Amino acid sequence: MTAPILQIKGVTKRFGGLTANSEISFDVAPREILSVIGPNGAGKSTLFKQIAGFINPTSGEVLFKGSRISGLPPHKVARLGVVRTFQETTIFRSMTVRENVVVAHHLRSKASLLGFFFGSGQARTDEAEFARSADDIIDFLGLQSIRNEMASNLPQGHLRALGMAIGLATHPEVILLDEPFAGMNHDETMRMVALVRRLRDERGLTVLLVEHDMPAVMKISDRIVCINFGEKIAEGTPSEIQANPRVIEAYLGSEDAAIGM
Amino acid sequence: MALRLIGIGAFLLGVFVLVPVFIAVTGRWDFYYTLTSVALLSVGAAGVWLTFYIGRINIGQGAYALVGGYVSAILVMKAGFSFWVTLPLAGVACALISVVIGLPILRLRGVYFAMVTLVLTEVARLTALALPVTNGAKGITSIPLPGELSILGLTIIPDFAGLANPKLAFYLMGAALMALTYLVLWRIVNSRLGHLCRSLQQNEELAASIGVNTAMLRVLAYSISSFFGGIAGAMFVAISQSIYPSSFVVTDSVNFMLYCFLGGLGYVFGPMLGTLLLYFGWDLLSVAKQYQLLIYSGSMIALMLVLPNGLLSLFDKKESRQ
Repeated sequence: MTAPILQIKGVTKRFGGLTANSEISFDVAPREILSVIGPNGAGKSTLFKQIAGFINPTSGEVLFKGSRISGLPPHKVARLGVVRTFQETTIFRSMTVRENVVVAHHLRSKASLLGFFFGSGQARTDEAEFARSADDIIDFLGLQSIRNEMASNLPQGHLRALGMAIGLATHPEVILLDEPFAGMNHDETMRMVALVRRLRDERGLTVLLVEHDMPAVMKISDRIVCINFGEKIAEGTPSEIQANPRVIEAYLGSEDAAIGM
Repeated sequence: MALRLIGIGAFLLGVFVLVPVFIAVTGRWDFYYTLTSVALLSVGAAGVWLTFYIGRINIGQGAYALVGGYVSAILVMKAGFSFWVTLPLAGVACALISVVIGLPILRLRGVYFAMVTLVLTEVARLTALALPVTNGAKGITSIPLPGELSILGLTIIPDFAGLANPKLAFYLMGAALMALTYLVLWRIVNSRLGHLCRSLQQNEELAASIGVNTAMLRVLAYSISSFFGGIAGAMFVAISQSIYPSSFVVTDSVNFMLYCFLGGLGYVFGPMLGTLLLYFGWDLLSVAKQYQLLIYSGSMIALMLVLPNGLLSLFDKKESRQ
């Protein structure tokens, strides 16, 4: 195995008396698609927020390419190349699709804000570059037809694609997808599965996702980490996870028992 | 582009030529004072508008106008500075103070931020009452009119004291300051800084996740806002030649906000139009005597009900944006 791009080391998060994550550790290899699964309330989203810098671990650390990113504010984590998309369809509502993607290129700007104010040469170069890259991302995600639509008018499926476009605009190395298949029907899910694969295959991204949809997770993941009650209970390939007794136990009797699908 | 140039040309022609001609013809010299006030208030309102643009309700611009006024007055009276030097210094002083105040309070959102800013104006007034350098309730009076501004012997602005018509000079100065302020504001909004402010206004979490230093950006926008408040205050003081702790009070802070609401929060030139209509409208309504406030506030409520997005939304084509 090559050196891991992301390392989760003994991450623990307590909210008062509640332990959301307890001593969670796993590595993510470059260009890997790794899913974090677990029943509702298992602490998956909390883990994600700690990786992206939205909350700090109580103890333990997250390393990106060997250096610590836990404890940094989200904008610094993003600057290093680790970006999250949101569970809810979080977008800039009163901007068009294209404006959303262009503004999300903030990290790519070389000119200063003052440079942009006075329209310096570098600022104009940057703006042209943002526009080109935004169109490229819009094409990649197949959003050409709604490029000039107001984001607030978009249906659910397009919103999620736009959320992904915003994430891609930062040109990350690791993208964290929070429930990318939630509320999707079978066809939509299959399209999204194909898209996530293309993120890795065509854009060379490492993808970390939190998801409930077991068939999709089994289909898409190189490896899976299963969390229950804040603790990691299993880690392995999809077939290993499907055969793991602790995973089956965690899901048995719950609505999510369809793990073998 | 051509249309825009025509618009700018028409605006400048109106403000710098047609208004003075109109006043000369009708002999309504009192309009100069009103219109100068409108110009300067709209500079302060431009700042408030910018804080709205990052999603914060600012009811504290009066505080910065007061601080700017005092900074200018004190530097002129005690340190013998030229007014023209104190004008930018007043803005810079306010910007610096707003960084210190803004760092903690800009974490607050919605009504909580609004309440704290509301208190700021009162804090500024009480501070001015208490400090020896501001001369307490007696204020600072008999401030000389702005002197000559010259660069390399070339007179750019003549000595106001020697002018035959200082009212016109003040009007032109105020209008020039207003034009410059709105040029800067327009440029901010249409450059990357403005786009980032909009991203902040619409979703702070997402803005942070695309790498925007949201805390820094909020403070930056707030300090630009306060800079505008400071220079507006300094200019006011130069015109009235005096400043008291009650020169800018909570009512003024609220008015700054109302100007923005009335003109429209989505339009750069909204606060300018809002100031003109509200301030000038109030003046014109004085013919209604005891009914002045009733008519004024009644029409204000009606306008907010009918045009919640401000007056300029009247000119919006459906579903289109500039």
